[in-house]
Amino acid sequence: MVFKKSVQKFSGKINEVVIGTGEKAIKLGGENAMPFYDFDGNLGERPKVGMEILDIFPDNWIEPLKEMYKDVADDTAKWAQFVEENFNPDFICLRFEGADPNGLDKSVEECADIAKEVAESIELPLVIAGTNNHEKDAKLFEKIAETLDGYNVLLLSAVEENYKSVGAAGGLAYNHKVGAESSVDINLAKQLNILLTQLGVKPEDMVMNVGCAAVGYGFEYVASTMDRIRLAACGQNDKTLQLPIITPVSFETWTVKESIASENEMPEWGNQEDRGIAMEVSTASSVLASGANAVILRHPTSVETINMFIKELLS
Amino acid sequence: MSLTGLDIFKLTPKKNCKDCGFPTCLAFSMKVATGAVEIEKCPHMSDEAVSKLADATAPPMKTITIGKGENEYKLGGETVLFRHEKTFVNRNRFALLLSDSMTDEEIESKITSIKKVNYVRIGEEMRVEIVALKYEKSREKYLDLIRKIKESNLNIVYMLICEDVEVLKDALELVKNEKPIVYGATKENYEEMVDLVKGDELPLGIKANNLEELYSLVADIHKLDYKELILDAGSSSIKEAFDNTVQIRRIALKEEDRTFGYPSIVFANELSKGNKFMEIALTSLFILKYGSIIVLGDIDYTRALPLFALRQNIFTDPQRPMRVEPKVYPINNADENSPVLVTVDFALTYFIVSGEVERSKVPVKLAIPDAGGYSVLTAWAAGKLSGSSIAKFIKESGLDENHNCKKLIIPGKVAVLKGDIEDNLPGWEVIVGTDEAMHLPKFLKELQQEATAV
Repeated sequence: MVFKKSVQKFSGKINEVVIGTGEKAIKLGGENAMPFYDFDGNLGERPKVGMEILDIFPDNWIEPLKEMYKDVADDTAKWAQFVEENFNPDFICLRFEGADPNGLDKSVEECADIAKEVAESIELPLVIAGTNNHEKDAKLFEKIAETLDGYNVLLLSAVEENYKSVGAAGGLAYNHKVGAESSVDINLAKQLNILLTQLGVKPEDMVMNVGCAAVGYGFEYVASTMDRIRLAACGQNDKTLQLPIITPVSFETWTVKESIASENEMPEWGNQEDRGIAMEVSTASSVLASGANAVILRHPTSVETINMFIKELLS
Repeated sequence: MSLTGLDIFKLTPKKNCKDCGFPTCLAFSMKVATGAVEIEKCPHMSDEAVSKLADATAPPMKTITIGKGENEYKLGGETVLFRHEKTFVNRNRFALLLSDSMTDEEIESKITSIKKVNYVRIGEEMRVEIVALKYEKSREKYLDLIRKIKESNLNIVYMLICEDVEVLKDALELVKNEKPIVYGATKENYEEMVDLVKGDELPLGIKANNLEELYSLVADIHKLDYKELILDAGSSSIKEAFDNTVQIRRIALKEEDRTFGYPSIVFANELSKGNKFMEIALTSLFILKYGSIIVLGDIDYTRALPLFALRQNIFTDPQRPMRVEPKVYPINNADENSPVLVTVDFALTYFIVSGEVERSKVPVKLAIPDAGGYSVLTAWAAGKLSGSSIAKFIKESGLDENHNCKKLIIPGKVAVLKGDIEDNLPGWEVIVGTDEAMHLPKFLKELQQEATAV
């Protein structure tokens, strides 16, 4: 036998989706190969790395992060500027934890004002994440879509229960991008994409959040779901799955025991901050290797590491 | 390359003698074709037919055994590129690098780390399985290093990284019986190397400057009739290592070229240049994408917690979900006065529920009956989680007799079981919990406040 590289050509290609405006706008997708397999085809746009901020002071975050943001976190716009100036991620994800009906239950008007202030004070593209309460999110995204008209933000996310309101507001009434969120199942992902398209949202205005888990917490389902989605999208040219994937890694990894157990509780585990970064970095590199086009992270060291990881794999 | 059931049938005696345990030769042949049964089960095959079949039905990727006794592991033997197609078979193994140019303190501290990071997660031991011992400076120091490891009583496989055949001879005198990995066959020394390992059939690590040279080196070693190999994917750059690891696996499985049908080794320690978080990112990548041995620079819980857990996830058989042992798990220092919360033994459910209970800081006894490894609704639908099975578990686990707080919280999704459990468990108050685990902390805190108020 003679040595010959194994090459697999795919006919399907992931849509290109633009978030944000101006020079700092980002484009996701465009690949026709499995993640980082440049020997097979075109890898499209570089995977993007965004950073998470909240509409309230991050009381539940680890001490070193609270310390780092202590002078800016009471004013969300200042916080966003701080992140833009100091860490320069590809985008900022503003998460409305304070709007949660089980928490502070801030009004959607109040949230929309914050979103507007943030959008006005940064140049980076904005991803808006909700509360996980489907009813509240529907109202929240409707209001924010209106208030942020022209900023081309990504609304994260529309789910089966509220896709009509979120899709109509973000993708039809105003020109934003809509995230279609399903929970780690290729058929559910496909179904929601179809529903949103039938509503009239254009595929190039949609991205998917196909669900995430921290490594060790059923991550095999995440990896296999992403593998199957990418193989169907590129290999079988399934148009309904040719959407870029965004994965909010930090939402999952900073709530597991490995990241939240203090050094007093688990002395043998060592430095808590390092453990949190490790869980975030491991999960982020794993979803990127499985097909994510963008990840949302919390710790600056994770952002730095993952940016280097992507750069090396694309060099 | 692979044979169909009918191809195999033509080679059988066609007597339907049932000596193989199957009713007919055709039935047997069909099973052999799927890989479920070995051809040797038929005692009437001619030698010629057996060898013909063995070649054709041999798996595209060889399984290599490393280590001995309780430290014996299998590498390779994979049949698919993606785990959903069937399953990954042999998990990657982690190695930790030590060299003779390290100081005694460094060596001691790494040995201590290996001993310290050793725990059980969902029934599986989590620890470094291989020491990668690198020859850098002096023969004496290198042999001392090996002796030091031997004296440390580590349960571990040895990997000798050395291209000097003379030094290796001495080193092997010390650990030959442990079935170590001998790493360092190159195009310059491969003949001597094969000579050295052939007698004991030791796994031989081989490396070359690029994939093409690696390919011809394997072909040369095949000519010497040696097939216990492990392939180095290269470490000149991260991109090269990744491309090569994927190519090696794909050339073996997709192109069915057995020249690359071997496990691979990746030096994550070298690729990450001392950056610990980069090492974690790269190791995660190679757990997913085809590293069979991954070499680390050091081990601590920061590395172990994500990496061992990710490996455990990825190497779970998709057809057999991970299960936790059915028993009562006390959380947040729960005692006999804490409420009992019941859920299923599906590992994912257990982890999410126990995580939320921990977050609530409320002491709770988590009761996990045998529910077939299914999620709550599936287990209920399959009849594996019922009022009587829960009641039976509570009685058999001793909770009925030895537990003061007779409050039993059941998953909101099976609220329908409340009456049934109450009938079967007199004296217990059955409380319907939340539909979703994420609402447990609030629910448990309120329950605790009510209890205190009373």
